[in-house]
Amino acid sequence: MRSDRQNRTPMGLKIAAGVGLAFLHLPLLLIFLYAFTTEDKSYQFPPPGLTLKWFAVTWNRPDVWEALGLSVRVASISTAVALTLGTLCAAAISQTRFFGREAISLLVILPIALPGIITGISLRSAFNLAEIPFSFWTIVLGHATFCVVVVYNNAVARFRRLQGSLIEASMDLGADGFQTFRHVILPNIGTALLAGGMLAFALSFDEVIVTTFTAGQQATLPIWMLEELVRPRQRPVTNVVAMVVVLVTFLPILAAYYLTQDGDQISGQGK
Amino acid sequence: MSVSSSASGGAILAGRGGLGGSLSDAFWRKPQLLLFLMLTPPLLWLGVIYLGSLFALLIQSFFSIDEFSGMVVREFTLKTYGELLRPSNLDIIVRTVIMAGLVTIASAVIAFPIAYFAARYARGRWKAMFYLGVMLPLWSSYLVKIYAWKLILAKEGILGWVFDKLHLTFLIDGWLALPIVGGNSLSVSPTGTFLVFVYVWLPFMILPMQAALERVPTNLLEASADLGASPGQTFRNVLLPLALPGVIAGSIFTFSLTLGDYIIPQIIGTSHLFIGMAVYAHQGTAGNIPLAAAFTVVPVVIMGIYLWLAKRAGAFNAL
Repeated sequence: MRSDRQNRTPMGLKIAAGVGLAFLHLPLLLIFLYAFTTEDKSYQFPPPGLTLKWFAVTWNRPDVWEALGLSVRVASISTAVALTLGTLCAAAISQTRFFGREAISLLVILPIALPGIITGISLRSAFNLAEIPFSFWTIVLGHATFCVVVVYNNAVARFRRLQGSLIEASMDLGADGFQTFRHVILPNIGTALLAGGMLAFALSFDEVIVTTFTAGQQATLPIWMLEELVRPRQRPVTNVVAMVVVLVTFLPILAAYYLTQDGDQISGQGK
Repeated sequence: MSVSSSASGGAILAGRGGLGGSLSDAFWRKPQLLLFLMLTPPLLWLGVIYLGSLFALLIQSFFSIDEFSGMVVREFTLKTYGELLRPSNLDIIVRTVIMAGLVTIASAVIAFPIAYFAARYARGRWKAMFYLGVMLPLWSSYLVKIYAWKLILAKEGILGWVFDKLHLTFLIDGWLALPIVGGNSLSVSPTGTFLVFVYVWLPFMILPMQAALERVPTNLLEASADLGASPGQTFRNVLLPLALPGVIAGSIFTFSLTLGDYIIPQIIGTSHLFIGMAVYAHQGTAGNIPLAAAFTVVPVVIMGIYLWLAKRAGAFNAL
Protein backbone atom coordinates (compact mmCIF):
# COMPACT_ATOMS: atom_id res chain seq x y z
CA MET A 1 0.00 0.00 0.00
CA ARG A 2 2.20 2.81 -1.22
CA SER A 3 0.65 6.05 -0.25
CA ASP A 4 1.82 7.98 -3.28
CA ARG A 5 -0.29 5.96 -5.69
CA GLN A 6 -3.39 8.04 -5.91
CA ASN A 7 -1.81 10.92 -7.68
CA ARG A 8 -4.66 13.05 -8.79
CA THR A 9 -3.40 16.42 -9.93
CA PRO A 10 -5.46 19.36 -8.71
CA MET A 11 -6.93 21.24 -11.66
CA GLY A 12 -5.74 24.62 -10.39
CA LEU A 13 -2.14 23.43 -10.18
CA LYS A 14 -2.31 21.98 -13.71
CA ILE A 15 -3.58 25.28 -15.09
CA ALA A 16 -1.06 27.39 -13.18
CA ALA A 17 1.83 25.17 -14.33
CA GLY A 18 0.56 25.22 -17.91
CA VAL A 19 0.18 28.98 -17.94
CA GLY A 20 3.68 29.34 -16.46
CA LEU A 21 5.21 27.16 -19.17
CA ALA A 22 3.28 29.01 -21.85
CA PHE A 23 4.66 32.27 -20.44
CA LEU A 24 8.15 30.82 -20.90
CA HIS A 25 7.64 29.62 -24.46
CA LEU A 26 5.22 31.90 -26.29
CA PRO A 27 7.66 34.83 -26.60
CA LEU A 28 10.20 32.52 -28.26
CA LEU A 29 7.57 31.24 -30.70
CA LEU A 30 6.75 34.81 -31.61
CA ILE A 31 10.34 35.23 -32.84
CA PHE A 32 9.70 32.53 -35.43
CA LEU A 33 6.59 34.30 -36.70
CA TYR A 34 8.28 37.68 -37.02
CA ALA A 35 11.11 36.27 -39.14
CA PHE A 36 8.59 35.89 -41.97
CA THR A 37 6.73 39.19 -41.66
CA THR A 38 6.53 41.55 -44.64
CA GLU A 39 6.41 44.60 -42.36
CA ASP A 40 9.80 46.28 -42.09
CA LYS A 41 9.11 49.55 -40.27
CA SER A 42 7.34 48.50 -37.07
CA TYR A 43 6.59 45.47 -34.92
CA GLN A 44 3.01 45.25 -36.15
CA PHE A 45 0.92 42.28 -35.05
CA PRO A 46 -0.58 40.36 -36.76
CA PRO A 47 1.95 40.54 -39.63
CA PRO A 48 0.34 42.01 -42.73
CA GLY A 49 1.84 39.24 -44.85
CA LEU A 50 4.43 36.47 -44.83
CA THR A 51 7.55 36.32 -46.97
CA LEU A 52 10.89 34.52 -47.26
CA LYS A 53 12.55 37.61 -48.69
CA TRP A 54 14.40 38.58 -45.52
CA PHE A 55 16.24 35.27 -45.38
CA ALA A 56 17.83 36.10 -48.72
CA VAL A 57 18.60 39.66 -47.59
CA THR A 58 20.22 38.38 -44.39
CA TRP A 59 22.19 35.77 -46.31
CA ASN A 60 23.79 38.53 -48.38
CA ARG A 61 24.80 40.72 -45.46
CA PRO A 62 28.58 40.66 -44.92
CA ASP A 63 28.35 42.26 -41.44
CA VAL A 64 26.13 39.42 -40.17
CA TRP A 65 28.53 36.81 -41.53
CA GLU A 66 31.51 38.60 -40.01
CA ALA A 67 29.84 38.76 -36.61
CA LEU A 68 28.80 35.11 -36.84
CA GLY A 69 32.32 34.07 -37.82
CA LEU A 70 33.86 35.95 -34.93
CA SER A 71 31.37 34.47 -32.47
CA VAL A 72 32.06 30.93 -33.65
CA ARG A 73 35.84 31.43 -33.44
CA VAL A 74 35.65 32.98 -29.98
CA ALA A 75 33.29 30.28 -28.72
CA SER A 76 35.46 27.46 -30.11
CA ILE A 77 38.68 28.66 -28.53
CA SER A 78 37.01 29.60 -25.24
CA THR A 79 35.43 26.15 -25.12
CA ALA A 80 38.80 24.49 -25.73
CA VAL A 81 40.42 26.50 -22.92
CA ALA A 82 37.47 25.88 -20.60
CA LEU A 83 37.56 22.14 -21.32
CA THR A 84 41.23 21.93 -20.38
CA LEU A 85 41.04 24.07 -17.25
CA GLY A 86 37.68 22.75 -16.11
CA THR A 87 38.65 19.10 -16.44
CA LEU A 88 41.97 19.61 -14.65
CA CYS A 89 40.21 21.40 -11.83
CA ALA A 90 37.44 18.82 -11.56
CA ALA A 91 39.94 15.95 -11.51
CA ALA A 92 41.99 17.59 -8.78
CA ILE A 93 38.96 18.48 -6.67
CA SER A 94 37.15 15.16 -6.90
CA GLN A 95 40.03 12.69 -6.75
CA THR A 96 41.96 14.16 -3.86
CA ARG A 97 41.52 15.88 -0.56
CA PHE A 98 43.72 18.83 0.21
CA PHE A 99 43.82 22.09 2.04
CA GLY A 100 42.00 24.91 0.25
CA ARG A 101 39.78 22.57 -1.78
CA GLU A 102 36.60 24.47 -0.89
CA ALA A 103 38.24 27.77 -1.77
CA ILE A 104 39.13 26.51 -5.23
CA SER A 105 35.62 25.31 -5.99
CA LEU A 106 34.36 28.71 -4.86
CA LEU A 107 36.89 30.41 -7.11
CA VAL A 108 35.67 28.46 -10.14
CA ILE A 109 32.05 29.46 -9.51
CA LEU A 110 32.84 33.11 -8.75
CA PRO A 111 32.94 34.45 -12.34
CA ILE A 112 29.36 33.31 -12.81
CA ALA A 113 28.09 34.05 -9.31
CA LEU A 114 29.11 37.69 -9.50
CA PRO A 115 27.05 39.85 -11.87
CA GLY A 116 28.56 39.82 -15.37
CA ILE A 117 29.11 43.54 -15.28
CA ILE A 118 31.62 43.16 -12.44
CA THR A 119 33.62 40.53 -14.32
CA GLY A 120 33.47 42.72 -17.41
CA ILE A 121 34.53 45.99 -15.87
CA SER A 122 37.29 44.45 -13.75
CA LEU A 123 38.81 42.72 -16.79
CA ARG A 124 38.51 45.94 -18.77
CA SER A 125 40.23 48.03 -16.17
CA ALA A 126 42.91 45.36 -15.77
CA PHE A 127 43.57 45.44 -19.53
CA ASN A 128 43.78 49.22 -19.31
CA LEU A 129 46.19 49.12 -16.38
CA ALA A 130 48.39 46.55 -18.11
CA GLU A 131 48.07 48.47 -21.40
CA ILE A 132 46.86 45.43 -23.30
CA PRO A 133 45.00 46.51 -26.46
CA PHE A 134 41.54 45.03 -27.01
CA SER A 135 41.58 42.21 -29.51
CA PHE A 136 40.19 38.82 -30.34
CA TRP A 137 42.20 37.39 -27.46
CA THR A 138 40.81 39.74 -24.82
CA ILE A 139 37.31 38.53 -25.76
CA VAL A 140 38.45 34.91 -25.48
CA LEU A 141 40.05 35.58 -22.12
CA GLY A 142 36.81 36.92 -20.71
CA HIS A 143 34.69 34.13 -22.15
CA ALA A 144 36.95 31.28 -21.06
CA THR A 145 36.90 32.63 -17.50
CA PHE A 146 33.18 32.06 -17.04
CA CYS A 147 32.97 28.97 -19.29
CA VAL A 148 35.25 26.97 -16.98
CA VAL A 149 32.47 26.57 -14.43
CA VAL A 150 30.11 24.80 -16.85
CA VAL A 151 32.68 22.20 -17.83
CA TYR A 152 33.77 21.89 -14.21
CA ASN A 153 30.22 21.24 -12.94
CA ASN A 154 29.58 18.52 -15.50
CA ALA A 155 32.98 16.89 -15.02
CA VAL A 156 32.80 16.96 -11.21
CA ALA A 157 29.40 15.26 -11.25
CA ARG A 158 30.78 12.48 -13.45
CA PHE A 159 34.06 12.09 -11.55
CA ARG A 160 32.04 11.55 -8.39
CA ARG A 161 30.40 8.53 -9.97
CA LEU A 162 33.67 7.19 -11.37
CA GLN A 163 34.85 4.63 -8.87
CA GLY A 164 38.40 4.86 -7.65
CA SER A 165 38.68 1.09 -7.78
CA LEU A 166 38.47 1.19 -11.58
CA ILE A 167 41.57 3.32 -11.72
CA GLU A 168 43.37 1.17 -9.19
CA ALA A 169 42.41 -1.97 -11.12
CA SER A 170 43.82 -0.48 -14.29
CA MET A 171 47.06 0.38 -12.53
CA ASP A 172 47.25 -3.09 -10.94
CA LEU A 173 46.88 -4.65 -14.36
CA GLY A 174 49.99 -2.81 -15.46
CA ALA A 175 48.69 0.28 -17.21
CA ASP A 176 50.66 3.42 -16.55
CA GLY A 177 49.00 6.71 -15.64
CA PHE A 178 48.65 7.87 -19.22
CA GLN A 179 47.21 4.56 -20.40
CA THR A 180 44.75 4.62 -17.50
CA PHE A 181 43.70 8.11 -18.48
CA ARG A 182 43.35 7.16 -22.14
CA HIS A 183 41.52 3.86 -21.72
CA VAL A 184 39.70 4.09 -18.40
CA ILE A 185 39.12 7.69 -17.30
CA LEU A 186 38.48 9.31 -20.66
CA PRO A 187 35.78 6.86 -21.86
CA ASN A 188 34.04 7.32 -18.52
CA ILE A 189 34.00 11.09 -18.47
CA GLY A 190 33.79 11.58 -22.25
CA THR A 191 30.08 12.30 -22.56
CA ALA A 192 30.14 14.62 -19.56
CA LEU A 193 32.96 16.59 -21.17
CA LEU A 194 31.12 16.70 -24.46
CA ALA A 195 27.99 17.98 -22.72
CA GLY A 196 29.99 20.53 -20.73
CA GLY A 197 31.78 21.63 -23.88
CA MET A 198 28.52 22.15 -25.73
CA LEU A 199 27.05 24.18 -22.91
CA ALA A 200 30.24 26.24 -22.70
CA PHE A 201 29.98 26.86 -26.43
CA ALA A 202 26.35 27.94 -26.12
CA LEU A 203 27.21 30.18 -23.17
CA SER A 204 30.07 31.88 -24.99
CA PHE A 205 28.13 32.16 -28.25
CA ASP A 206 25.39 34.05 -26.43
CA GLU A 207 27.43 36.17 -24.01
CA VAL A 208 27.01 39.92 -24.29
CA ILE A 209 27.60 41.63 -20.95
CA VAL A 210 31.26 40.73 -20.46
CA THR A 211 31.89 41.05 -24.18
CA THR A 212 30.81 44.69 -24.33
CA PHE A 213 33.67 45.42 -21.95
CA THR A 214 36.40 43.19 -23.40
CA ALA A 215 35.82 43.73 -27.12
CA GLY A 216 37.32 46.68 -28.91
CA GLN A 217 35.88 47.52 -32.32
CA GLN A 218 34.97 43.94 -33.15
CA ALA A 219 31.36 42.83 -32.99
CA THR A 220 30.37 39.31 -32.03
CA LEU A 221 26.87 38.26 -33.02
CA PRO A 222 25.33 39.27 -29.64
CA ILE A 223 27.06 42.66 -29.85
CA TRP A 224 25.64 43.08 -33.34
CA MET A 225 22.17 42.26 -31.99
CA LEU A 226 22.58 44.62 -29.07
CA GLU A 227 23.37 47.46 -31.46
CA GLU A 228 20.22 46.66 -33.39
CA LEU A 229 18.19 46.54 -30.19
CA VAL A 230 19.41 49.91 -28.99
CA ARG A 231 19.21 51.59 -32.40
CA PRO A 232 16.99 49.53 -34.70
CA ARG A 233 18.00 50.02 -38.31
CA GLN A 234 17.32 46.70 -39.97
CA ARG A 235 14.36 45.17 -38.17
CA PRO A 236 13.67 42.35 -40.67
CA VAL A 237 17.32 41.25 -40.67
CA THR A 238 17.35 41.29 -36.87
CA ASN A 239 14.21 39.14 -36.86
CA VAL A 240 15.87 36.52 -39.04
CA VAL A 241 19.12 36.57 -37.04
CA ALA A 242 17.13 36.18 -33.79
CA MET A 243 15.38 33.10 -35.16
CA VAL A 244 18.64 31.54 -36.34
CA VAL A 245 20.24 32.19 -32.94
CA VAL A 246 17.33 30.43 -31.18
CA LEU A 247 17.70 27.40 -33.44
CA VAL A 248 21.49 27.30 -33.15
CA THR A 249 21.46 27.41 -29.34
CA PHE A 250 18.70 24.80 -29.02
CA LEU A 251 20.74 22.08 -30.72
CA PRO A 252 23.66 21.93 -28.26
CA ILE A 253 21.24 22.15 -25.32
CA LEU A 254 19.21 19.19 -26.57
CA ALA A 255 22.38 17.25 -27.33
CA ALA A 256 23.82 18.02 -23.89
CA TYR A 257 20.56 16.89 -22.31
CA TYR A 258 20.60 13.51 -24.03
CA LEU A 259 24.29 13.01 -23.27
CA THR A 260 23.87 13.51 -19.53
CA GLN A 261 20.39 12.02 -19.19
CA ASP A 262 21.52 8.93 -17.29
CA GLY A 263 21.59 10.21 -13.75
CA ASP A 264 23.29 13.50 -13.35
CA GLN A 265 21.76 16.73 -14.47
CA ILE A 266 22.97 19.39 -16.80
CA SER A 267 24.43 22.13 -14.73
CA GLY A 268 22.11 24.83 -15.83
CA GLN A 269 22.29 26.82 -12.68
CA GLY A 270 24.04 30.14 -12.65
CA LYS A 271 24.33 30.82 -16.30
CA MET B 1 66.43 1.82 -5.79
CA SER B 2 67.41 -0.66 -8.52
CA VAL B 3 65.12 -3.58 -8.02
CA SER B 4 66.09 -6.46 -10.25
CA SER B 5 62.94 -8.24 -11.08
CA SER B 6 64.10 -10.04 -14.19
CA ALA B 7 65.27 -13.15 -12.46
CA SER B 8 62.87 -13.65 -9.62
CA GLY B 9 59.77 -11.93 -10.99
CA GLY B 10 59.48 -10.25 -7.63
CA ALA B 11 56.52 -8.33 -6.25
CA ILE B 12 58.01 -5.02 -7.21
CA LEU B 13 58.37 -4.32 -10.88
CA ALA B 14 61.17 -2.34 -12.40
CA GLY B 15 60.58 1.29 -13.17
CA ARG B 16 59.06 2.00 -16.53
CA GLY B 17 61.32 3.12 -19.31
CA GLY B 18 61.06 6.26 -21.35
CA LEU B 19 59.91 9.74 -20.45
CA GLY B 20 56.22 8.88 -20.25
CA GLY B 21 56.92 5.86 -18.11
CA SER B 22 59.05 7.64 -15.56
CA LEU B 23 56.61 10.55 -15.43
CA SER B 24 53.80 8.13 -14.80
CA ASP B 25 55.79 6.47 -12.03
CA ALA B 26 56.64 9.81 -10.48
CA PHE B 27 52.97 10.80 -10.42
CA TRP B 28 52.02 7.53 -8.74
CA ARG B 29 54.68 7.89 -6.09
CA LYS B 30 54.12 11.58 -5.43
CA PRO B 31 50.43 12.38 -5.86
CA GLN B 32 51.12 15.94 -4.70
CA LEU B 33 53.21 16.49 -7.82
CA LEU B 34 50.31 15.48 -10.05
CA LEU B 35 47.92 17.58 -8.01
CA PHE B 36 50.23 20.55 -8.29
CA LEU B 37 50.53 20.16 -12.05
CA MET B 38 46.78 19.76 -12.44
CA LEU B 39 45.93 22.80 -10.36
CA THR B 40 48.53 25.21 -11.68
CA PRO B 41 46.88 26.14 -15.00
CA PRO B 42 43.37 26.76 -13.64
CA LEU B 43 44.74 28.59 -10.63
CA LEU B 44 46.96 30.78 -12.77
CA TRP B 45 43.97 31.69 -14.93
CA LEU B 46 41.31 32.15 -12.29
CA GLY B 47 43.40 33.00 -9.27
CA VAL B 48 45.88 35.37 -10.86
CA ILE B 49 44.14 36.90 -13.89
CA TYR B 50 40.58 36.92 -12.62
CA LEU B 51 41.04 37.58 -8.91
CA GLY B 52 43.80 40.02 -9.78
CA SER B 53 41.43 42.03 -11.97
CA LEU B 54 38.75 42.02 -9.30
CA PHE B 55 41.25 43.21 -6.74
CA ALA B 56 42.52 45.93 -9.08
CA LEU B 57 38.94 47.11 -9.51
CA LEU B 58 38.40 47.20 -5.76
CA ILE B 59 41.54 49.29 -5.30
CA GLN B 60 40.42 51.77 -7.93
CA SER B 61 37.23 52.41 -5.98
CA PHE B 62 39.47 54.03 -3.34
CA PHE B 63 41.00 56.37 -5.90
CA SER B 64 39.26 59.58 -6.85
CA ILE B 65 38.88 61.70 -9.93
CA ASP B 66 40.29 65.17 -10.27
CA GLU B 67 37.40 67.49 -10.95
CA PHE B 68 39.33 69.86 -13.21
CA SER B 69 41.44 67.58 -15.36
CA GLY B 70 39.14 64.55 -15.22
CA MET B 71 42.18 62.37 -14.54
CA VAL B 72 42.22 59.58 -11.98
CA VAL B 73 44.21 60.54 -8.88
CA ARG B 74 45.99 57.47 -7.56
CA GLU B 75 45.83 58.24 -3.86
CA PHE B 76 43.78 56.40 -1.33
CA THR B 77 40.71 58.31 -0.31
CA LEU B 78 37.11 57.67 0.65
CA LYS B 79 35.94 60.61 -1.45
CA THR B 80 34.46 58.38 -4.16
CA TYR B 81 32.41 56.50 -1.60
CA GLY B 82 31.16 59.82 -0.30
CA GLU B 83 30.05 60.61 -3.83
CA LEU B 84 28.30 57.25 -3.98
CA LEU B 85 26.12 58.23 -1.04
CA ARG B 86 24.72 61.33 -2.77
CA PRO B 87 20.91 61.31 -2.94
CA SER B 88 20.83 60.82 -6.73
CA ASN B 89 23.11 57.79 -6.48
CA LEU B 90 21.25 56.40 -3.47
CA ASP B 91 18.07 56.65 -5.56
CA ILE B 92 19.65 54.40 -8.17
CA ILE B 93 20.63 51.84 -5.53
CA VAL B 94 17.21 51.86 -3.85
CA ARG B 95 15.42 51.59 -7.20
CA THR B 96 17.54 48.60 -8.22
CA VAL B 97 17.10 46.79 -4.91
CA ILE B 98 13.32 47.28 -4.93
CA MET B 99 13.14 46.02 -8.51
CA ALA B 100 15.28 42.99 -7.62
CA GLY B 101 13.02 42.24 -4.65
CA LEU B 102 9.81 42.50 -6.67
CA VAL B 103 11.23 40.40 -9.49
CA THR B 104 12.27 37.74 -6.99
CA ILE B 105 8.84 37.58 -5.38
CA ALA B 106 7.03 37.44 -8.71
CA SER B 107 9.39 34.73 -9.99
CA ALA B 108 8.79 32.66 -6.87
CA VAL B 109 5.02 32.92 -7.26
CA ILE B 110 5.05 31.95 -10.95
CA ALA B 111 7.72 29.29 -10.50
CA PHE B 112 6.05 27.44 -7.64
CA PRO B 113 3.23 25.70 -9.58
CA ILE B 114 5.62 24.67 -12.36
CA ALA B 115 8.22 23.33 -9.94
CA TYR B 116 5.60 21.62 -7.78
CA PHE B 117 3.89 19.98 -10.72
CA ALA B 118 7.21 18.81 -12.18
CA ALA B 119 8.42 17.50 -8.82
CA ARG B 120 5.31 15.75 -7.58
CA TYR B 121 2.99 14.85 -10.44
CA ALA B 122 5.01 14.68 -13.65
CA ARG B 123 6.36 11.20 -14.41
CA GLY B 124 8.41 9.64 -17.18
CA ARG B 125 8.01 11.42 -20.47
CA TRP B 126 6.17 14.37 -18.90
CA LYS B 127 8.98 14.86 -16.45
CA ALA B 128 11.52 15.06 -19.28
CA MET B 129 9.24 17.46 -21.13
CA PHE B 130 8.99 19.73 -18.12
CA TYR B 131 12.71 19.62 -17.60
CA LEU B 132 13.44 20.56 -21.20
CA GLY B 133 10.59 23.06 -21.06
CA VAL B 134 12.54 24.92 -18.39
CA MET B 135 16.00 24.24 -19.81
CA LEU B 136 15.39 25.55 -23.32
CA PRO B 137 14.18 29.02 -22.28
CA LEU B 138 16.93 29.13 -19.66
CA TRP B 139 19.66 28.56 -22.22
CA SER B 140 18.20 30.33 -25.21
CA SER B 141 19.81 33.60 -26.11
CA TYR B 142 19.45 36.36 -23.56
CA LEU B 143 19.23 39.08 -26.21
CA VAL B 144 16.70 37.18 -28.27
CA LYS B 145 14.50 36.88 -25.19
CA ILE B 146 14.67 40.63 -24.66
CA TYR B 147 14.00 41.18 -28.34
CA ALA B 148 10.91 38.98 -28.16
CA TRP B 149 9.57 41.23 -25.42
CA LYS B 150 10.28 44.28 -27.48
CA LEU B 151 8.01 42.75 -30.11
CA ILE B 152 5.36 41.93 -27.50
CA LEU B 153 5.34 45.24 -25.66
CA ALA B 154 5.52 47.54 -28.67
CA LYS B 155 2.42 49.69 -29.09
CA GLU B 156 1.50 47.96 -32.34
CA GLY B 157 2.61 44.56 -30.95
CA ILE B 158 0.74 41.44 -29.92
CA LEU B 159 -0.25 42.54 -26.43
CA GLY B 160 -1.88 45.72 -27.70
CA TRP B 161 -3.62 43.69 -30.41
CA VAL B 162 -5.04 41.17 -27.91
CA PHE B 163 -6.33 43.89 -25.61
CA ASP B 164 -7.78 45.73 -28.60
CA LYS B 165 -9.66 42.63 -29.79
CA LEU B 166 -11.03 42.16 -26.26
CA HIS B 167 -11.95 45.85 -26.14
CA LEU B 168 -9.83 46.22 -23.04
CA THR B 169 -7.33 48.81 -24.29
CA PHE B 170 -8.52 51.15 -21.54
CA LEU B 171 -6.94 48.76 -19.02
CA ILE B 172 -3.45 49.25 -20.49
CA ASP B 173 -4.01 52.99 -20.85
CA GLY B 174 -5.25 53.23 -17.28
CA TRP B 175 -2.27 51.29 -15.98
CA LEU B 176 0.19 53.40 -18.00
CA ALA B 177 -1.41 56.58 -16.65
CA LEU B 178 -0.48 55.54 -13.10
CA PRO B 179 2.52 57.29 -11.60
CA ILE B 180 5.72 55.28 -10.88
CA VAL B 181 4.74 52.13 -12.83
CA GLY B 182 3.40 53.87 -15.93
CA GLY B 183 4.92 55.57 -18.96
CA ASN B 184 4.27 56.44 -22.58
CA SER B 185 3.95 52.83 -23.67
CA LEU B 186 4.60 49.46 -22.06
CA SER B 187 8.03 49.18 -23.65
CA VAL B 188 9.22 52.39 -21.99
CA SER B 189 7.62 51.85 -18.57
CA PRO B 190 8.95 50.27 -15.36
CA THR B 191 6.19 47.68 -15.76
CA GLY B 192 7.84 46.56 -18.99
CA THR B 193 11.26 46.33 -17.32
CA PHE B 194 9.75 44.27 -14.52
CA LEU B 195 8.00 41.86 -16.92
CA VAL B 196 11.18 41.24 -18.90
CA PHE B 197 13.26 40.71 -15.75
CA VAL B 198 10.74 38.15 -14.48
CA TYR B 199 10.66 36.39 -17.83
CA VAL B 200 14.40 36.19 -18.28
CA TRP B 201 15.27 35.00 -14.74
CA LEU B 202 12.26 32.75 -14.08
CA PRO B 203 13.96 29.47 -15.09
CA PHE B 204 16.72 30.17 -12.54
CA MET B 205 14.04 30.09 -9.85
CA ILE B 206 12.25 26.97 -11.09
CA LEU B 207 15.21 24.59 -11.10
CA PRO B 208 16.40 24.88 -7.47
CA MET B 209 12.79 25.05 -6.31
CA GLN B 210 12.00 21.81 -8.07
CA ALA B 211 15.10 20.17 -6.60
CA ALA B 212 13.96 21.16 -3.09
CA LEU B 213 10.34 20.11 -3.65
CA GLU B 214 11.43 16.70 -4.90
CA ARG B 215 12.97 16.04 -1.53
CA VAL B 216 9.77 16.75 0.40
CA PRO B 217 8.31 13.34 1.35
CA THR B 218 4.78 12.94 0.00
CA ASN B 219 3.56 11.14 3.09
CA LEU B 220 4.19 14.24 5.21
CA LEU B 221 1.70 16.13 3.07
CA GLU B 222 -0.78 13.30 3.33
CA ALA B 223 -0.31 13.05 7.07
CA SER B 224 -1.06 16.75 7.31
CA ALA B 225 -4.26 16.28 5.29
CA ASP B 226 -5.24 13.23 7.35
CA LEU B 227 -4.85 15.27 10.50
CA GLY B 228 -7.44 17.68 9.18
CA ALA B 229 -5.39 20.48 7.64
CA SER B 230 -6.88 22.22 4.64
CA PRO B 231 -4.70 22.37 1.49
CA GLY B 232 -3.90 25.98 2.36
CA GLN B 233 -2.78 25.05 5.88
CA THR B 234 -0.68 22.16 4.57
CA PHE B 235 0.96 24.54 2.14
CA ARG B 236 1.74 27.15 4.79
CA ASN B 237 2.78 24.87 7.63
CA VAL B 238 4.34 21.83 5.94
CA LEU B 239 5.23 22.34 2.29
CA LEU B 240 6.55 25.88 2.35
CA PRO B 241 8.91 25.48 5.33
CA LEU B 242 10.35 22.30 3.80
CA ALA B 243 10.75 23.89 0.37
CA LEU B 244 12.06 27.21 1.65
CA PRO B 245 15.77 26.41 1.10
CA GLY B 246 15.04 25.86 -2.57
CA VAL B 247 13.12 29.11 -2.80
CA ILE B 248 16.00 30.97 -1.20
CA ALA B 249 18.53 29.27 -3.47
CA GLY B 250 16.51 30.35 -6.50
CA SER B 251 16.08 33.84 -5.14
CA ILE B 252 19.86 34.20 -4.95
CA PHE B 253 19.98 33.93 -8.73
CA THR B 254 17.00 36.16 -9.51
CA PHE B 255 18.12 38.80 -7.00
CA SER B 256 21.77 38.85 -8.00
CA LEU B 257 21.10 38.77 -11.73
CA THR B 258 18.64 41.67 -11.48
CA LEU B 259 21.07 43.70 -9.37
CA GLY B 260 23.83 43.51 -11.95
CA ASP B 261 21.91 43.73 -15.20
CA TYR B 262 22.21 46.82 -17.36
CA ILE B 263 20.93 45.70 -20.73
CA ILE B 264 17.28 45.00 -19.95
CA PRO B 265 16.49 48.41 -18.38
CA GLN B 266 18.43 50.08 -21.17
CA ILE B 267 16.35 48.48 -23.92
CA ILE B 268 12.98 48.20 -22.21
CA GLY B 269 12.39 50.85 -19.61
CA THR B 270 12.56 54.49 -18.70
CA SER B 271 15.59 56.74 -18.59
CA HIS B 272 15.93 56.17 -14.84
CA LEU B 273 19.23 54.45 -14.14
CA PHE B 274 19.83 51.09 -12.48
CA ILE B 275 23.10 50.12 -10.77
CA GLY B 276 24.42 48.31 -13.83
CA MET B 277 23.60 51.22 -16.12
CA ALA B 278 25.29 53.65 -13.74
CA VAL B 279 28.45 51.51 -13.76
CA TYR B 280 28.39 51.37 -17.53
CA ALA B 281 27.82 55.11 -17.90
CA HIS B 282 30.54 56.09 -15.41
CA GLN B 283 33.23 53.85 -16.88
CA GLY B 284 32.34 54.69 -20.47
CA THR B 285 31.65 58.23 -21.60
CA ALA B 286 32.27 59.84 -18.21
CA GLY B 287 35.57 58.01 -17.72
CA ASN B 288 35.02 58.02 -13.96
CA ILE B 289 36.44 54.57 -13.24
CA PRO B 290 36.68 55.12 -9.45
CA LEU B 291 32.95 55.86 -9.13
CA ALA B 292 32.08 52.98 -11.48
CA ALA B 293 34.21 50.69 -9.31
CA ALA B 294 32.54 51.96 -6.15
CA PHE B 295 29.15 51.24 -7.74
CA THR B 296 30.14 47.63 -8.46
CA VAL B 297 30.98 47.18 -4.79
CA VAL B 298 27.30 47.80 -3.94
CA PRO B 299 25.84 44.61 -5.48
CA VAL B 300 28.76 42.62 -4.08
CA VAL B 301 28.06 43.87 -0.56
CA ILE B 302 24.31 43.36 -0.91
CA MET B 303 24.83 39.85 -2.25
CA GLY B 304 27.31 39.15 0.55
CA ILE B 305 24.67 40.03 3.14
CA TYR B 306 22.04 38.10 1.21
CA LEU B 307 24.21 35.00 0.95
CA TRP B 308 25.05 35.17 4.62
CA LEU B 309 21.35 35.28 5.50
CA ALA B 310 20.63 32.49 3.00
CA LYS B 311 23.36 30.34 4.50
CA ARG B 312 21.81 30.75 7.93
CA ALA B 313 18.50 29.57 6.47
CA GLY B 314 20.26 26.46 5.11
CA ALA B 315 19.73 27.31 1.45
CA PHE B 316 23.01 25.89 0.20
CA ASN B 317 21.99 22.32 0.80
CA ALA B 318 19.49 22.76 -2.02
CA LEU B 319 21.94 23.98 -4.63
